[in-house]
Amino acid sequence: MTTPNSWTITAAREALRKGEISAVDLTMSCLTAMDAGDALNAFVHKTPEIALEQARAADARLKAGNAPDMCGIPLGIKDLFCTKGVPSQAGSNILKGFKPEYESTVTAKLFDAGAVMLGKLSMDEFAMGSSNETACYGPTVSPWKVDSRQLTPGGSSGGSAAAVAADLCLAATGTDTGGSIRQPAAFTGITGIKPTYGRVSRWGIVAYASSLDQAGPMTKSVRDAAIFLGAMSGHDAKDSTSADIAVPDFEAALTGDIRGKKIGIPREYRLDGIPAEIDALWQKGIEMMRDAGAEIVDISLPHTKYALPAYYVIAPAEASSNLARYDGVRYGHRAKLAAGDGITEMYEKTRAEGFGPEVQRRIMVGTYVLSAGFYDAYYNRARKVRALIKRDFELAFAAGIDAILTPATPSSAFGIGEMGSADPVEMYLNDVFTITVNLAGLPGVSVPVGLDQKGLPLGLQLIGRPWEEGDLLNHAYVLERAAGFVCKPQKWW
Amino acid sequence: MSIDIDTARKVAKLARIRVEEAALPDLARELSGILGFMEQLNEVNVDGVEPMTSVTPMRLKRRVDVVTDGNMQAQILKNAPDAREGFFAVPKVVE
Repeated sequence: MTTPNSWTITAAREALRKGEISAVDLTMSCLTAMDAGDALNAFVHKTPEIALEQARAADARLKAGNAPDMCGIPLGIKDLFCTKGVPSQAGSNILKGFKPEYESTVTAKLFDAGAVMLGKLSMDEFAMGSSNETACYGPTVSPWKVDSRQLTPGGSSGGSAAAVAADLCLAATGTDTGGSIRQPAAFTGITGIKPTYGRVSRWGIVAYASSLDQAGPMTKSVRDAAIFLGAMSGHDAKDSTSADIAVPDFEAALTGDIRGKKIGIPREYRLDGIPAEIDALWQKGIEMMRDAGAEIVDISLPHTKYALPAYYVIAPAEASSNLARYDGVRYGHRAKLAAGDGITEMYEKTRAEGFGPEVQRRIMVGTYVLSAGFYDAYYNRARKVRALIKRDFELAFAAGIDAILTPATPSSAFGIGEMGSADPVEMYLNDVFTITVNLAGLPGVSVPVGLDQKGLPLGLQLIGRPWEEGDLLNHAYVLERAAGFVCKPQKWW
Repeated sequence: MSIDIDTARKVAKLARIRVEEAALPDLARELSGILGFMEQLNEVNVDGVEPMTSVTPMRLKRRVDVVTDGNMQAQILKNAPDAREGFFAVPKVVE
């Protein structure tokens, strides 16, 4: 008999509606698991009072009937989402003590639908990282453990991934600028979808790179992702880039039938130096899709290798602009000033104290590529390459491809402290398979498919046509059923 | 493009991040490494390609130019490190 905190949204929805469990009891089960999971360092601001109040309200709605799908579902919320009256720090010391006076559109929608917030989840500082090691709270530890080492859950949504994989909550919100939902999902054996750019409102989500950021769900199943995404999505007048396009019923798209669909296999994703296990997993996924009646088509996305360098111009450029707001004046940290310090010293000391090394590095890279004399050589060139990367995908879809299957990550989870300490670029390579999707604004989903020889989860990524998350999730559903991945981390915490 | 110490100092200044003199050589080396990684972009033929401005072609919504929000001075100042008499307070900026 599993405890309710380990349930899927789908199972909990049914049990809540049938009255087999109350939202309060379900929430209590998660709060107990959350408190017992402190060794993971996933939840960094706990909100049990809010959770129980929301759960009681959910029970009243469930009793009255016609409660929405997410009513009574206990969630973890990434620290990047502004939540009214609750610390929202984006994993940064510069936002220490910041309690927003407003609610992000995504969390407002979730709460309107009756969802329950257990607390805020750790993340790489300002979502800049692939291992959760840049968080001001210290690294989050993956619940997966195969030897004496502590492993990273990935990043930047590492707290979300660890909390879902360890059953501290039923599901969690994540955000994805270069792979920050899909890479941690793959590392921890859960499902994560980054929707089409514009599907989910960015309002009230602390900005990193505005043209790439998109929020999405991290869940224990594809069906859960479909349910959760439906509750997050939709046009918002407060985000000028949010699309005024109707939100379809994503769950209804899960027919399990992909016969006759064309699955593209991009040859440029076969990289030198990638472990044979990743290639073998990819091959297994290809066979699963073929067995399900899909047609496998070799495709070319010729500009793939330029995605990482283009991203590391565009994202820091946008970050340097977005993060200019942290000046010690309106919110967050302000440095203690010496006698005679003026406003420039206040800015410089505040930002040096408040931002961690990776954030400082990206702000300065962004400052450099936007500076007079280099704007054309770096920033404009990167934006042109980005247009070519997007065109690669458009040509593939125009040729009839329905979805593209790739590995999600170039390896399974690595140990905390093992990557990127000597060379930041080493860490950037983690996003090699996911980053193109952000540059092209497409939806992408990571599905757990198997374990490597060490016993750690590996995922595959499916990339879909813009605004076709339903069809994409249906492909993911087929992959999920064929893979039959049911492994869970052994509890050690 | 390799970043020298003077350039690193200038970038830190532009970014309004204090970097001690002793830390500048390391910063210059790190920035050079990252910018070196970006040099690959020079291999791409981008002749006649327009820089991307919006990943999804969409027309910005228009609305009537009227005030839709306001009257929340207390909320706006609530998170300020130093607020006095209804204003944000900062060190003296005018001599």
